[in-house]
Amino acid sequence: MSAVAAPAEAQPARPKVQRWTRTSLAFAAGMLALVVLLALVPYWFGPNTTEKLTELFVLVILAAMWNVLAGYGGLVSVGQQAFIGIGAYAVIVLTDHGINGYLAVVLAALFCGLVSLPTSLLVFRLRGGQFAIGMWVVAELFRLLVTNDQSIGGGTGRSLDVLNVYAPADRQAYTYWVALGLMAVLLFLGLILLRSRLGSSLQAIRDDERAAESVGVPVAWAKRVVFLLAAVGCGAAGAITIANTLIVTPASIFSVQWSAFMIFMVLVGGLGTFEGPVLGALVLFGIQQEFSNDGSWYLVGLGAVAILVTLILPRGLWGFLVDRFHIRLVPVGYTLRQLLGAQARSDGQ
Amino acid sequence: MTYVDAVIQGILLGGLYALFACGLSLMFGVMRIINLAHGDLALLGTFMVLLVTEHVGLSPFAALVIVLPGAALAGYALQYLIFNRSLRGGELSPMLATFGLSVVIGNVLLEAFSADTHSLSAGALTTASWRISSQISISALSAVIFAVAVVVLVGLQLMLSYTQLGRQMRATADDPATAELVGINSKRVYGVAAAIALATAALAGTFFGMRSSFDPTLGPSQLIFAFEAVVIGGLGSLWGTLVGGIALGVAQTVGAQAFGASWSIFCGHALFLAVLAFRSQGIFAAREATA
Repeated sequence: MSAVAAPAEAQPARPKVQRWTRTSLAFAAGMLALVVLLALVPYWFGPNTTEKLTELFVLVILAAMWNVLAGYGGLVSVGQQAFIGIGAYAVIVLTDHGINGYLAVVLAALFCGLVSLPTSLLVFRLRGGQFAIGMWVVAELFRLLVTNDQSIGGGTGRSLDVLNVYAPADRQAYTYWVALGLMAVLLFLGLILLRSRLGSSLQAIRDDERAAESVGVPVAWAKRVVFLLAAVGCGAAGAITIANTLIVTPASIFSVQWSAFMIFMVLVGGLGTFEGPVLGALVLFGIQQEFSNDGSWYLVGLGAVAILVTLILPRGLWGFLVDRFHIRLVPVGYTLRQLLGAQARSDGQ
Repeated sequence: MTYVDAVIQGILLGGLYALFACGLSLMFGVMRIINLAHGDLALLGTFMVLLVTEHVGLSPFAALVIVLPGAALAGYALQYLIFNRSLRGGELSPMLATFGLSVVIGNVLLEAFSADTHSLSAGALTTASWRISSQISISALSAVIFAVAVVVLVGLQLMLSYTQLGRQMRATADDPATAELVGINSKRVYGVAAAIALATAALAGTFFGMRSSFDPTLGPSQLIFAFEAVVIGGLGSLWGTLVGGIALGVAQTVGAQAFGASWSIFCGHALFLAVLAFRSQGIFAAREATA
């Protein structure tokens, strides 16, 4: 700590900002390799495996998007199922108009981004917990609109028949690739967003919105970008879900249970970390494989764990690991390396 | 004439929404917590009254004598066990903790009482009504619920304005640290506010159970209605909450009359969004920063 006291240079060396560590470089390479490996899965395993993995990808997307929203934008929403539902139903409507099923999945996600803009004009008038419930109202509103529209199946829901032009095994593989691709793109977009100048703005907003605004952070703009990305991501998750299950009902796709899942994954994994939500998605996926047949008790457990983690381990599993072992896989932070003459200390912070 | 009837029914229904909303409004006003479990806690109260009526054989009104103090105690305990701790964890924590609580309560109710619908019988009140004209009649139960709601809201507002506890609540709401300096035990004030909030929620839940059949999945929708009433009326004013509840109720019943029953709730949501769009401070903007 006494290094600063060294009297030598009149010109203190500028601290050098380091963004990539050796671990995170290795991790980035590892991620690329993982995506390539995952892309090969349909050649080695059957449709059952790819169907399950597609479900996992949906969870990863949802967790990452909710984390970008709450962990970086400070926007806690319990209504993201609005975009999950719109995404799924947009696929139905688009394919009804003769658009290819998989193209429709991508277009549906983009459409959700479009819907999010006017939505943000309304709900951004609410703060904190009010925003959370405001989004829930929006989700309910869309659910009622869909339920009352007989042309898309009303309350009983619809099935997505157009994908049946493909042989079942092919279809499952295509869906899997689309899901993998969308997941990779969305995670990458999230990463870019957080590494950009906007990422720093967002963290400032999350920590103290008024203070951030007072030093010139474009609060409204930054939040809107995050909201847009989260809407596109949740829309993609909904669109992939219907392509994977081929059937949708408004009650299930607009269910607030999605929010419960998202909050659980992000809290358990680690709110405001990039790696945490992915970890949380893996945890939830494991729990679902084990317990989802046990009815509501497993949801009781999820809720209870969410409360406990909030109170006891607010930085989640990943935060706990980072604090313990100082690992950082995804380079979204800044590390200062101070170069003080010959004494070049590299005491990262 | 049917529209007149719809408006009257909407006003009466709105009283119930305001009763749901006042606890939510109080907790937000005093602790700055939006309690996302409010609807499920209200429904928990409904089911507790159901248990007492079924197993002790009391009427729902008599059961309230047992359930309301229980709800108040539960509120005090929740404040100490969960809400206070979550307040220390920053702005997001209370929302996340109360949402977790909502999931827990909703699913415990689902396991304990299954998804079947239940109802509470209010005895003779259920069928009694006043006929005003050939098309308009007011059910005695709705009128009683509305009257109780108004009494509770007025009582709460008077309590906040004129009693020592009310002054303590307003002071703590403004600045808990400074309130502590002048000798207020802010934790106790928070506990009392949560106790009142849960008791009013259980009362509203019980009335809801008398008005219509219910099942364990309805908690979230009660939260949403209560929240809409608070926002439509304007945050920070219990009078506003009453007006907001009535506006929401009228929007739902008139909407049902105009577009059919399946659009009733949609019209309520639409009113909420319209208020957000055109008068986001609510119909009654808060004149004073109280609950």
